[in-house]
Amino acid sequence: MEAWYTAAQLLTLGAVLAILYRPLGDYMAAVYSSARNLKFERWIYRLVGVDPGSTQTWQYYLRAVLAFSAVSVLLLYALQRLQSFLPYALGLPAVPAGLAFNTAASFVTNTNWQSYSPELTMGYTVQAAGLAVQNFVSAAVGIAVAVALVRGFAARRSETVGNFWVDLTRGCFRLLLPGAVLAAMVLLAGGVVQNLAGPTGVSTLAGAAQSIPGGPVASQEAIKLLGTNGGGFFNANSAHPFENPTAWTSLFEIVLMLAIPFSLPRTFGTLVGNRKQGYAILGAMAALFLVSTLVLTALESAGSGTGPQAAGAAMEGKEVRFGIDGSTLFSSASTLTSSGAVNSMHDSFTALGGMMPLLNMMLGEVAPGGVGSGLYGMLVLAVVTVFIAGLLVGRTPEYLGKKIGPREIKLASLYILTTPTLVLAGTALSFALPGVRESVQSASIWNPGLHGFSEVLYAFTSAANNNGSAFAGLAANTPWLNTALGVAMLLGRFLPIVFVLALAGSLAAQDKVPATAGTLPTHRPQFAALLGSVTIVVTALTFFPVLALGPLAEGLV
Amino acid sequence: MRTSRGSARPYLAALRAMLVLTAVLGIAYPLVLTGLGQAAFPFQANGSRLSVGGRPVGSALIGQSFTDASGKPLPQWFQSRPSAAGDGYDAGASGGSNWGPENPKFIAAVNERKHAVARLDGVPEAAVPADAVTASGSGLDPHISPQYALLQVPRVAAARHLSEATVRALVARHTQGRDAGYLGQPAVNVLQLNIALAGMDT
Repeated sequence: MEAWYTAAQLLTLGAVLAILYRPLGDYMAAVYSSARNLKFERWIYRLVGVDPGSTQTWQYYLRAVLAFSAVSVLLLYALQRLQSFLPYALGLPAVPAGLAFNTAASFVTNTNWQSYSPELTMGYTVQAAGLAVQNFVSAAVGIAVAVALVRGFAARRSETVGNFWVDLTRGCFRLLLPGAVLAAMVLLAGGVVQNLAGPTGVSTLAGAAQSIPGGPVASQEAIKLLGTNGGGFFNANSAHPFENPTAWTSLFEIVLMLAIPFSLPRTFGTLVGNRKQGYAILGAMAALFLVSTLVLTALESAGSGTGPQAAGAAMEGKEVRFGIDGSTLFSSASTLTSSGAVNSMHDSFTALGGMMPLLNMMLGEVAPGGVGSGLYGMLVLAVVTVFIAGLLVGRTPEYLGKKIGPREIKLASLYILTTPTLVLAGTALSFALPGVRESVQSASIWNPGLHGFSEVLYAFTSAANNNGSAFAGLAANTPWLNTALGVAMLLGRFLPIVFVLALAGSLAAQDKVPATAGTLPTHRPQFAALLGSVTIVVTALTFFPVLALGPLAEGLV
Repeated sequence: MRTSRGSARPYLAALRAMLVLTAVLGIAYPLVLTGLGQAAFPFQANGSRLSVGGRPVGSALIGQSFTDASGKPLPQWFQSRPSAAGDGYDAGASGGSNWGPENPKFIAAVNERKHAVARLDGVPEAAVPADAVTASGSGLDPHISPQYALLQVPRVAAARHLSEATVRALVARHTQGRDAGYLGQPAVNVLQLNIALAGMDT
């Protein structure tokens, strides 16, 4: 019986996403290709001092992305440091320097890793005018970079890949803001709070004191999910009843996380003039998503391990209203995108169940991945896939009429090497550096034994892949972890963006070669299957040894 | 279409863009939503507060403890799940235990809780459901499973000198099914159940 409820929940999600696929994908294609600027947008371009009619080479596009993100980090850092002077600070002091750096890096990179407990650290002004603004713009930056890459595939002998300022503005105002307003109203109806009152004290039925929190939560919750950001207004994130009050709001939040990433393949297909190409990418994404979710749900429902067996079910860290399948679906959606929101505590999952969110992130968050970053990640893997297929049959590989030459493969390889390097180096250094090792083991790790190692591995995997979820027992507010994770987030976000935009420029400059009988068709299920397999093989070969040291050892021994 | 840098000075453009975006997305957007929320859904927007006789006693969405000052369960109330939020149901410090599945502290806590529930309610340990011995992710879970609520009926009825049938009927009335018939789990809101229970005395 339980399995039928799980199936019905998955079918509902699939149906909603299928209904959204065409209209949302086509709408995004129109947003990013329209020549028309709306009146208020022209007003913004004048204020910002940019010419919306101009287009940028990939180098200038990249420079604009980096300049915008650097300014974002500085402003968000300053806002936290000046918290005590801001309105609605709830009497909270300035955020300490190391934590403020980590948090600024975290929200600008769309990671939303939280080394802090929001209730005890961030007032309403920092949350709404600092963190939530980055929830919008970091998502818009991700989509902009993805669209620039798609333009590279679509263009012929072009020097330019678009205008970053136009893409940023349209992403924020034509897509994310209207979506967030609608979503926030739905969440409000479901019980998410939205007020400017501070915590109010009540005397409970049993006569104890309880402090009921307030805040502009619904407005932030909506964009937290729609932009695959994931940073909670409260410490418990989407497990908190004021962020996620019911089972249906939880499914709605899952839809919000997946709507844009799963519709972007349609945008891609539309912009390159062949919608079947979009379906092939979508097919690979959906298959990986389905398999991963079913495996996680089966593992958590089985509830193996000494603690869950003693309790009778793996309910530690899970809410009664969501149950196990409502928790696992949320967890899959959150770690297969760059969201990192949680409605249950991953640290308390069964050993092998806890490995699944880890594995989802290690896949590179491409099924369907974060807003924008999922699509560009999958397109880079598609480039690698046609290259491997080309090697097998001994032909020069092509994708969408573009020759995949040494330069393209070098850029794709650098992209794929970036996050594993950061994850493995960061984890290794945490246990290898004298001084750091002692701090990590005595001050940061929460659970003893193998699980403690998994906590550190999870932290670096989450940071380098810009996810933001955690094995949250880990106390990350230490000088080493604030710094190392902050650096991992910045490099894990912007190095791949450099490679993607360079790839976009190199593809845009090429003419299209006509398809011949020997060209690998990339719009069929066969290619989707090949793409999914390459994704798994690349990940498995890279991360299997380190997984064997943590969750595999804990779950199988 | 002209090919250019888009902006001659990207850092200046970035600063101006961030100021405009912060004004609209960081200040206007949450304020407008607060206005809309307060107008359209004032009960939810303000935290779904519940009152008894005009006195606010909590939120329908936030669980609370029904224990004495030393943490001992009060037998006349239905008990909530264990909580890792502060000292238990501290709504200013939400969070889970984050104990891993093999953590000896977790295993010891589960066995201890199981023993305590079995003794309090006079049932065998094997009858104690999982939600009664595990802490939720938020530490503020307002619900318990219907099994855990029904298990507590004889003890609550005895403490209040009510018939078990009356209390069981009350639990049945406060058992909410799955959303839309298939989403989530059947659950009992402990605060609402206990408010109804208190209403039976008068």
